[in-house]
Amino acid sequence: MSRDMPLLARYAEGLFWMARYLERIENLARLVDVTQNFESPGREAESWLAMIRINADEEGFAERGGGLTAENVKRFYLLDRSNPTSIPSALESARTNARTLRPLISTEMWMQMNVFHRDMLSLTEADVTGDQLSRLCGKIKEGVQAHTGITEGTFFRDQGWEFYQLGRLIERADQTTRLLDIRYHLLVPGGKEERKQAEATQWGGVLRALAGYHAFRRVAGATFTPVDVVAFLLRDTAFPRSVAVCLEGIELHLSRLRSRYGLRGTVAGLERVEELRAGLLGRSVDKIVNDGLHIFLDGVQRDLILLAAEIGTPFFRDWRPAAAA
Amino acid sequence: MRQRIGNIGLDALRARAAAAENDLINLGITFTIYSESQAIDRILPFDCIPRILTAREWDTIERGVKQRVAALNLFLHDIYHKRHITNDGVVPADLVYGNANYRPEMEQFPIRFGTYVHICGTDIVRDEAGEFLVLEDNARTPSGVSYVVENRHLMSRAFPDLLAGMKLRPVDDYGARLLAAMTEVAPEGVDDPQVVLLSPGIYNSAYFEHVFLAREMGVPLVEGADLVVEKDRVYMRTTAGLRPVHTIYRRIGDDFLDPTVFRPDSMLGVPGLIGAWRKGNVTLANAVGTGVADDKAIYAYMPRIIEYYLKETPILKNVQTNICREKSGLDYTLANIEKLVLKPVGESGGYGITIGPRASKAEIDVARDSLLADPSNWISQPVISLSVAPTLTDDGIQPRHLDLRPFAVTGRDTWVLPGGLSRVAMKKGSLVVNSSQGGGSKDTWVLSEDAPSQSQSQSQSQSQSQSQSQGQSQSQEQR
Repeated sequence: MSRDMPLLARYAEGLFWMARYLERIENLARLVDVTQNFESPGREAESWLAMIRINADEEGFAERGGGLTAENVKRFYLLDRSNPTSIPSALESARTNARTLRPLISTEMWMQMNVFHRDMLSLTEADVTGDQLSRLCGKIKEGVQAHTGITEGTFFRDQGWEFYQLGRLIERADQTTRLLDIRYHLLVPGGKEERKQAEATQWGGVLRALAGYHAFRRVAGATFTPVDVVAFLLRDTAFPRSVAVCLEGIELHLSRLRSRYGLRGTVAGLERVEELRAGLLGRSVDKIVNDGLHIFLDGVQRDLILLAAEIGTPFFRDWRPAAAA
Repeated sequence: MRQRIGNIGLDALRARAAAAENDLINLGITFTIYSESQAIDRILPFDCIPRILTAREWDTIERGVKQRVAALNLFLHDIYHKRHITNDGVVPADLVYGNANYRPEMEQFPIRFGTYVHICGTDIVRDEAGEFLVLEDNARTPSGVSYVVENRHLMSRAFPDLLAGMKLRPVDDYGARLLAAMTEVAPEGVDDPQVVLLSPGIYNSAYFEHVFLAREMGVPLVEGADLVVEKDRVYMRTTAGLRPVHTIYRRIGDDFLDPTVFRPDSMLGVPGLIGAWRKGNVTLANAVGTGVADDKAIYAYMPRIIEYYLKETPILKNVQTNICREKSGLDYTLANIEKLVLKPVGESGGYGITIGPRASKAEIDVARDSLLADPSNWISQPVISLSVAPTLTDDGIQPRHLDLRPFAVTGRDTWVLPGGLSRVAMKKGSLVVNSSQGGGSKDTWVLSEDAPSQSQSQSQSQSQSQSQSQGQSQSQEQR
């Protein structure tokens, strides 16, 4: 049996994007959940505004004309199918990709996606209000995790698997930097003891949103500063959502495409990963924060966009840079 | 079977049928209907009561379909080469060479094994005397085979108690047979040919079937833009660059295959494909230009075509067909229009048909005017009292009309998938079974033996299929 199985460029592209959209959905759900939990009396609007800024959706949200209320933001992200950055839109895109990939993905992957998609598109206002919201976010996370698990257990591990993982990891690294950026922005350190206490609670919230709170507790010790959280999310070598762990995975999958499948177009991407890692590990986290965390994270995000292009250009059929934004 | 269905009871039958249909939705075994910019995924309604064909009945159908496919291929080879049949006046020349589906590009072009129609779907009905009659040949890109296989899967998931112990001819080797044929017909001299399935893409209503076939064959499903022609050779775009392609099972019409030769506005095709094909560097299945053979105008001549080439009597008869281009046919049709079904030639999907006994006075007048305006565009047939089969409806188990579309795969030789797609009109009294007009489908069972004279090989292949689905030990016991 010949194992030299070609992979259509269009399939590689579809796998990359399907994984990205799903990862994005999971992160959006995490973000909605943490925003809801952060909602402190009198400052609700501020929290929800952060969510809009994280996704650079100020314009799109304003176009809808509603005021900046929790209800409007939730609707914008959970129900509004005309908003391209909403969960239903991302799921629609993921499913469209899955549909083009049906000849390749397992029947179980397709079926779960199909059912998940149907469930999410039938949501109503009642599902996003009050105590239902957190439950819904849990369901969305679980939907993506079910996909991930089914994929891990059933998807054939040829080239396609590597492109799938690349999409997932690039999106995950990007989302972690976005969450960190917006929270850090809100919580400029240095203040009264009382303020510090509140901050600690909120950083705990960020960690919980990323399912990293208890792990962080184990590695951080009794007292921690915001810089410790930043270090954990950027550089921890064991936390699955840290940028460093994502980069390690990206490098692994790119290298495999090169060594196992002879795809030499990987060289630009591999160099980009090296650069990203040098930027991440080249100086202390204190220095990164002091030099300006926002500028640093912005640079990481831009590099990730370039990395996606460096994978898309040589390997995908219809690479459209605009889609990377 | 009646006993088993009785044991389940009507309520449980309904509940299980509903659950089975829900499975189809979840699995996305659907076709897509477009209305007002919205895409709706519909399932082909599934009727859980199987349609059963005896081994003897199947033997007739199988031989009849093979005979018909052989005649179609000989006819196509002839009209694109020496034109004996029209020179001999058996089929009117203008009907062939003036047909919109006749492709001059095909003239004198050699085709491996003379196989033009690699995949053929033959629509068969049964009259009140129990005789099987051919209603239509589908020699272009016939669809529906995915439902044959999926219906069987559905049946074994949802109604294992109905299937238990039944000795049926298996249907799950369609993909392997198809791939073998596609490999056989690849250009000569290619050792390990790359087969692909060319689909119009995810927005096509039959996309599920394209996925099904690509998966069952284990070959890439490509869209036109995945293929590229360089120096008269066809390649697909892969992550590792261009890879050669040798056989294309195409599920797009002739018109859309190559914008440089046919419709220039086609976005689905591959520029240069026909050039590569004419150079013999790639095989297209089905071949270009088969549409002339399955046209309703030619259909009327099929019995004569079979006799002309094969010197055999047709095993499956046509439905009696009056050819309105012939004076006797026109006169008969005009005199009996209220009793006949009037069909335009060159249409498919049940469109443009007038069923005399069910038409109003005004509708008859319109039909008569159309007929007189262009007699050669019409044929007429008697209303066949289509056979019925028990079908689960809101009013209990009721008789409903149905037809059968067996699928024949031809490389060097012809193989017919045992059974075929049984389409059933879900509405009471309706004769129209097309999925685009609300028809459903049934699992079609071909019994592997109903007389002691059945061949050994059939029962063997059956037990092999059982050992895959039910475990070896059980199948040993059954043997």
